[in-house]
Amino acid sequence: MESLTTTVGTTRRTAGATRTGAPAVRPDRRPAASTRWAAFAFIAPLIAYLLVFYAYPLYRNIDLSLHDYTPRAFVQGNAAWVGLKNYTDIVASTTFSKAALNTAAFVLISIVFQYAIGLALAVFFRTSFRLNGVLRGMFLVPWLLPLIVSGSSWAWMLNSDNGIVNSVLRTFGVTPINWLTSPHWVLWSVIIANIWLGIPFNLVILYSGLQNIPGELYEAAALDGANGRQQFRRITFPLLRPVSAVTILLGLIYTLKVVDIIWIMTKGGPGDASTTFATWSYREAFGTGQPDFSPAAAVGNLLIVIALVFGFVYLHLQRRQES
Amino acid sequence: MTHHSRWRTAVGVVLTAMMLFPVYWMVNVSFTKTSDMRADPPHWFPWDPTFEGYQAVFRQQLPALGTSLIIGLGTVVLTVLIAAPAGYSLAKLRPRGAGTLNFVLLVVQMIPAVVMAMGFYAIYLKAGLLNTVWGLIVADSTVAVPFGVLLFTAFMSGIPNELMQAARIDGAGTWRVFRSIVMPISRNSAITVSLFAFLWAWSDFIFASTLNRNGALIPITLGIYKYIGNNTTEWNSIMATAVIASIPAAILLVVAQRYVAAGVVAGAIKD
Repeated sequence: MESLTTTVGTTRRTAGATRTGAPAVRPDRRPAASTRWAAFAFIAPLIAYLLVFYAYPLYRNIDLSLHDYTPRAFVQGNAAWVGLKNYTDIVASTTFSKAALNTAAFVLISIVFQYAIGLALAVFFRTSFRLNGVLRGMFLVPWLLPLIVSGSSWAWMLNSDNGIVNSVLRTFGVTPINWLTSPHWVLWSVIIANIWLGIPFNLVILYSGLQNIPGELYEAAALDGANGRQQFRRITFPLLRPVSAVTILLGLIYTLKVVDIIWIMTKGGPGDASTTFATWSYREAFGTGQPDFSPAAAVGNLLIVIALVFGFVYLHLQRRQES
Repeated sequence: MTHHSRWRTAVGVVLTAMMLFPVYWMVNVSFTKTSDMRADPPHWFPWDPTFEGYQAVFRQQLPALGTSLIIGLGTVVLTVLIAAPAGYSLAKLRPRGAGTLNFVLLVVQMIPAVVMAMGFYAIYLKAGLLNTVWGLIVADSTVAVPFGVLLFTAFMSGIPNELMQAARIDGAGTWRVFRSIVMPISRNSAITVSLFAFLWAWSDFIFASTLNRNGALIPITLGIYKYIGNNTTEWNSIMATAVIASIPAAILLVVAQRYVAAGVVAGAIKD
């Protein structure tokens, strides 16, 4: 759901560029002192907000990861300083490589299918036909539902004994699969649910990207005798490349953070079979009776670093497209 | 041509039906009798519906729905109070460090919620804000505030300066201009920001399940989660709760699609 945040953030940058490009009313004169005060007064609540509700929690999180916070030390505030030990511990832990592989698989497979299906749907909806707008609106539903709702619906559909999916498989003579309890299948189950969740986001951005490709290009290509497939390969796909890059990078950042859907469906289990970095962090801190905040914070900070790497690639790309 | 178009509509309907199957299934299960829940093959349509599930929702989950409503509305108010003036300042008043701030707003959206949850937990534990509605409102607003500022800035940049200058010549101060001119024009942006702030707060699971685990007032998402943990046999009740919890999303889709479009288009003019 947060995806829209970033979508609009993306588009806003474009608007911002237009704005700075347009001649301001008073281009040279510096704003009067009273205006400067007003500018500050209007922005001050936001700055205070960011400091108190973003910077401070993040600082506390770093602090947690550098100490050994037991639940008791948490209350008393006398946790021992351990430096980077929490970080070396998590890297050495048996969960680490499993979580790294799962995160990579979860993110990459989700993104590939979300993008491919989203693009196919965007191309499909590009031509006008009856009910086009209504149906496109309906495709937003998975995006707008609370994750706990979609998560429980998928969990019940994939239930080994009573789920509809296995029932259909049995009808076709396929052996039922323990979707949520078999270590071989569980990661695929959460990936399938996550692909379903991500399709609307990809569809919306790619569809709006398609709207910016001039229709004359297709008309000219059609006159030259290009068929639908050639038009896609020669026009749609190349011209959509910048939008595609942004969609995929935002998808990466968003998918890295996913906790809800995995936690609701499998709690990262059985064992570590569907544990990603994000769910690992959640489990250490909140998922068991024994909260272990320090390693959880270390995993969380590792996740921030990974997200920021992709984030800066994304910002770099945005900037390059603007100029 | 018409034939071609009709064929596409048919394909579109089939694709949409496939996409929405999990949602249909949720509704179907919510009406299924507990005794039919384990039928094989499952009942594809609730011919003989039961309302046990919905009765259970109204018996047990009304306080949770109320809590979610309060949290949602509180998040909306806090978000707009912070984001609208900031958007105005960034769009029109050219404060110092505006570029940096825009950059920060984009970067903070990349921070995973689980990390924020841990930071908030540590702070709230000391401040005595765990298991409070206020604590959740603040935490939920962190998702909506950066979005809100960026959306307001994008829209307000498009308001003609002449409009504000005319008011200034008439002697209106910055606050007056903001309240009487900028905000009324930005009504659609305000509605869009409010709708999404509400929906995100309503849907939140991570903050609720970490900062409000033992609260007397739990939001509906946590209500469903605890339900799943308690009685896995009564899936009709769980799914009935899920259906009720989806109502805001449905309303948003039906009533507010044009506001969403208006808000996105405000930032999306690419030529």
